[in-house]
Amino acid sequence: MQRYSGFGLVKHALNHHENWQRQWRNPTPKKQYDIVIVGGGGHGLATAYYLAKVHNITNVAVIEKGWLGGGNTARNTTIVRSNYLWDEAAALFEHSMKLWEGLSRDINYNVMFSQRGVLNLGHTLQDMRDIQRRVNANRLNGIDGEVLDAKGVQEIVPILDCSSRARYPVLGASWQPRGGVARHDAVAWGYARAADALGVDLLQNTEVTGFKIRDGRVHGVHTNRGDIEAKTVGCVAAGNSGVLAKMAGFKLPLESHPLQALVSEPLKPVLDTVVMSNHVHGYISQSDKGDLVIGAGIDGYVGYGQRGSYPTVEHTLQAIVEMFPIFSRVRMNRQWGGIVDTCPDASPILSATPVKGMFFNCGWGTGGFKATPGSGHVFAATLAKGEAHPLAAPFSIDRFHTGALVDEHGAAGVAH
Amino acid sequence: MFHIYCPYCEEYREEEEFHPRGQAHLQRPADPENCSDEQWGDYLFFRDNPRGIHHELWVHSVGCRKFFNITRHTANYEILETYKMGERPSITAETLAADERQSGVQTASGGWQTVGARPEDEALNTEARA
Repeated sequence: MQRYSGFGLVKHALNHHENWQRQWRNPTPKKQYDIVIVGGGGHGLATAYYLAKVHNITNVAVIEKGWLGGGNTARNTTIVRSNYLWDEAAALFEHSMKLWEGLSRDINYNVMFSQRGVLNLGHTLQDMRDIQRRVNANRLNGIDGEVLDAKGVQEIVPILDCSSRARYPVLGASWQPRGGVARHDAVAWGYARAADALGVDLLQNTEVTGFKIRDGRVHGVHTNRGDIEAKTVGCVAAGNSGVLAKMAGFKLPLESHPLQALVSEPLKPVLDTVVMSNHVHGYISQSDKGDLVIGAGIDGYVGYGQRGSYPTVEHTLQAIVEMFPIFSRVRMNRQWGGIVDTCPDASPILSATPVKGMFFNCGWGTGGFKATPGSGHVFAATLAKGEAHPLAAPFSIDRFHTGALVDEHGAAGVAH
Repeated sequence: MFHIYCPYCEEYREEEEFHPRGQAHLQRPADPENCSDEQWGDYLFFRDNPRGIHHELWVHSVGCRKFFNITRHTANYEILETYKMGERPSITAETLAADERQSGVQTASGGWQTVGARPEDEALNTEARA
């Protein structure tokens, strides 16, 4: 792999940047791999990278029906934080946060991780009690967090309407300074390039059409480019996880919903942090390019169409204008939808399945991007050893029968 | 934006008047006290979530406030029918598959969605070429 560096940039400038190496190969599928990963988004590529790097398993294929990072990795609002309420979730997301902090160096790819802080606003007394409880829980788990009053919030975000005239006045917020944003595409591309350099085959335009299952054990996958044998299969297909599970003959406790986001025309720097509000229900940050990146809740119906309804967009912008009257005349540039796989308890599934050798990493719902490195890291360990990594163990699919749910609806930051 | 026919109001109304309430025709176990954990967990949490025909419960929340059912395609979002509580759907994935076989039409139901591109629509493609 050609290493990226400032020196390399200067060197390539001499020949007009025409001789950069391709970032990854485009290999022909082999007949057999040790491990096959279905889904070439951020989580799948991270899993492949950590399998090769940490566990020395390089005979791995990532099978992607479209192009790398073309699903939810390309469609999220790039927010990274780890201020989750329960110990299990906090441990998983904080593990991820620690990987984020060294990621660009680790994969030699600038993922533009910017720890500009994340505010979760409170607009009612109950919001503030929940925020205090969550911040206290975070600090006990070694995660940074502070409770701010309205004045403290106003100091961080001068353009936020913190007056008592607002319909839902801001009473305070939780503040995680280590939270922030990262460049979503770069995360997928960086992991893809690093995994490819370690020998992982990235098979794009390859759609899984079925699984080879004999005697309750997986032996490989059928694809539109022929059959591929593998004793271990990891499915990391976000919104389409339910469809894969159906092919394998079992159900998952997931519902796939459209989640929409939108960006505005580029503006001069005006917002240097991430502001989220559960109560008026919207979240916003400003990208390095200057666009306001805006998101809110899911469309309530089941949908695989990667698009949602117009009223949801309208509600999203109502919430943003409620918080930031200054943005009332900003024009929106683009709007899109992704398919998120929501779990009943708003926590992910990292689990073995009724089929031996087949594992699922799904159910991240509306908050999967922030978990990309951690999810890949623990799922790689799960695939390599054939049993759940300690951080992944509480997120087994069994919890929907034992009742040991990890209820993160409140602390997930934005209502689901 | 959906335009939904409420079977009680007998009128088409805009989506904003309605709320989706998840999968329809769920059977609550008759004897919950004697359910196994598996049966009870399945009832509470596990849903069909198909990419294709889906029967779902909606409520006309700012209209007549009654619950009713919609049969809808979850990939192209087409609403195939709406029907009252207690009724059975006349269109299901099975009847639709049978119809397609009979008329010999290959549908692109549930494929990968590419924004703006509709390769299955011959008329549009011809128009684009001309």
